[in-house]
Amino acid sequence: MDNILEVKDLELHYFTQKGVVKAVDRLSFDLKKGETLGVVGESGCGKTTMATALLKMPTPPGRIVGGQILLDGDDIMPLSETEIRRRVRWERISMVFQGAMNCLTPVYTIEKQMRETLQQHRQMDRAEAGKRMLKYLNLVGLSSDVLRRYPHELSGGMKQRVVIATALFLEPKVVICDEPTTALDVVVQAEIINLLKTLKEEMGLSFIFITHDLSIEAEVSDRIMVMYAGRAVEIGTNEQIYGPQGSAHPYTQRLLGATPRLHEEVKELSFIPGTPPDLLDPPSGCRFHPRCPVVMERCPHDDVWVREIEPEHMVACWRC
Amino acid sequence: MSEPILRVENLKKWFPVKRSIRQVLSGERTQVKAVDGISFDVQKGEIFGLVGESGCGKTTTGKLIMKLLDSTDGKMYMEGEDVTGISGDALAAHRRKVQMIFQDPYASMNPRFKILDVLMEPLVIHGVGETSQERETWAIKALEEVKLTPPDEFLSRHPHMLSGGQRQRAATARTLMLSPSIIVADEPVSMIDLSTRAEILHMMRQVQRELGLTYIYITHDLSTARYFTDRLAVMYLGRIVEMGVAGEVIDNTLHPYSKALIAAVCEPVSGRVNRIKEVPIKGEIPAATNIPQGCRFHPRCVYATQACWEQPEPELFDAGNGHMVACRRYEEILEKGDAAKTSEAEF
Repeated sequence: MDNILEVKDLELHYFTQKGVVKAVDRLSFDLKKGETLGVVGESGCGKTTMATALLKMPTPPGRIVGGQILLDGDDIMPLSETEIRRRVRWERISMVFQGAMNCLTPVYTIEKQMRETLQQHRQMDRAEAGKRMLKYLNLVGLSSDVLRRYPHELSGGMKQRVVIATALFLEPKVVICDEPTTALDVVVQAEIINLLKTLKEEMGLSFIFITHDLSIEAEVSDRIMVMYAGRAVEIGTNEQIYGPQGSAHPYTQRLLGATPRLHEEVKELSFIPGTPPDLLDPPSGCRFHPRCPVVMERCPHDDVWVREIEPEHMVACWRC
Repeated sequence: MSEPILRVENLKKWFPVKRSIRQVLSGERTQVKAVDGISFDVQKGEIFGLVGESGCGKTTTGKLIMKLLDSTDGKMYMEGEDVTGISGDALAAHRRKVQMIFQDPYASMNPRFKILDVLMEPLVIHGVGETSQERETWAIKALEEVKLTPPDEFLSRHPHMLSGGQRQRAATARTLMLSPSIIVADEPVSMIDLSTRAEILHMMRQVQRELGLTYIYITHDLSTARYFTDRLAVMYLGRIVEMGVAGEVIDNTLHPYSKALIAAVCEPVSGRVNRIKEVPIKGEIPAATNIPQGCRFHPRCVYATQACWEQPEPELFDAGNGHMVACRRYEEILEKGDAAKTSEAEF
């Protein structure tokens, strides 16, 4: 088996008082063993919602209404909450939440909070737990004296390392990282990116890396999925998205055009007119059509889903 | 060169830290040296960038320019006039000339105000305009300037009814109400969606050109700084370490700290996934209460020698064509850097 995770037609809706928000709409993708899949899109496009669906813990009023999630070949959809807790969540798939480094309990030492995670899931005596904590702290590049410290004594980068160590604790196969570098300064950000790359290489982990920043995705992800308004618009390898021949979907192209480059003198950046749609009342057909510069007659009428245009390259556009 | 619109000379802002009884008795004082002696000129019609990591003092500098904070030491001149110690009417006049755009456009607007009230507030505070009709005409003009059209539709809306991009446009319109000459923009696009970010910068630049404004653009994002600014200054621990034309500073970097910052920036190009990026910097940023001796960057500098901490702190000097750097050994380091350019290791 090549794929550690396969997602088919995943649908997650938020049942709000104003109506149903289709936050994740027929999303299908897979994650190979030992690769990093980047998920990129603007705020509100459903990146984080998708991640909570993978852990089967949607935020109310959200509910998973359809689809399949195959983790190493097993469909986890029919599993009960107890089974998910015992066998899946944190055990085989874990997550570094956005801003998690700021959610460490301020009155606990790092040792206490790490021990808590371990004791919830494993019967382990103190000595063994201590050994395991040290092993993972060393793995993320921290020394043992961090254990005695409180969160306020650590820098942002160190706290993020603690959170990553905690996510790796139970030896999951898949780790979802939601904006793990957003609140960090560039130098620390580069260090965390390097850390994730080494972990992937040394432990054979598979990552799902969520961010709104196309530049970070280019440095981290082997394959990239671009989302817009709850749907995937393009899935391709790093080379297919960022390579010289350019990406295929007009949204990805414009988004890249709107990203300033450090070492290029650019007179004017392109931008996408309009704003991302309100998902309570999304546009018909292709959801990008009101903002698309190359819109055709059929775009507002016919829904479009990703299909393969070349090996490994999936695009949802009537023009491709 | 003509008279700069803003001149800052050796400006300092130290914040006192709460002391323990022992420290009070022993007369020990600790200060957070947020801004610790910076000097620069900003020309009229220029976009000047202040870049650096969090805690480097860039926002404090912005507030000092606005005179939201009083400086501890140093001088500041606005159009040739000393504005360091002004108060009363002179201060009110200064604040009319210098306006600010904040990072979070939602938090900087009263949610109960309509956009019209938001825009008229500065006029009311400064007693500008005779009648409310007159003020309203100006508000409409400002909205047209930032391309929030048709203006009538937006005047009666509340801030929450606008998208992030529209809110930042309204915030820009508000700064224009008093016809300022300098606008301090503190991370104006960092909370804006990527697809509209470029549009906002584009609009800001258009307004700047049409009205002949001067911007001070404060950011941590080197890529937008390169795109948006004419000249920029890189700050580290309250000091400027390098300053010059934006493209020059980024492409021909002289200071080891700016080099590390630039090396760390991610770029949207292929072929970088299988590399571990080496960033030439050590350790973490020290506390601003305990600034290292000598060159304040030396504990993190990979090129530092004994001279770097024994000699007094290097001052900014011109390394040619107005490219300023605060490192005595930059030439020597440049040669070393060229020799060891194989810093990127493949797996």
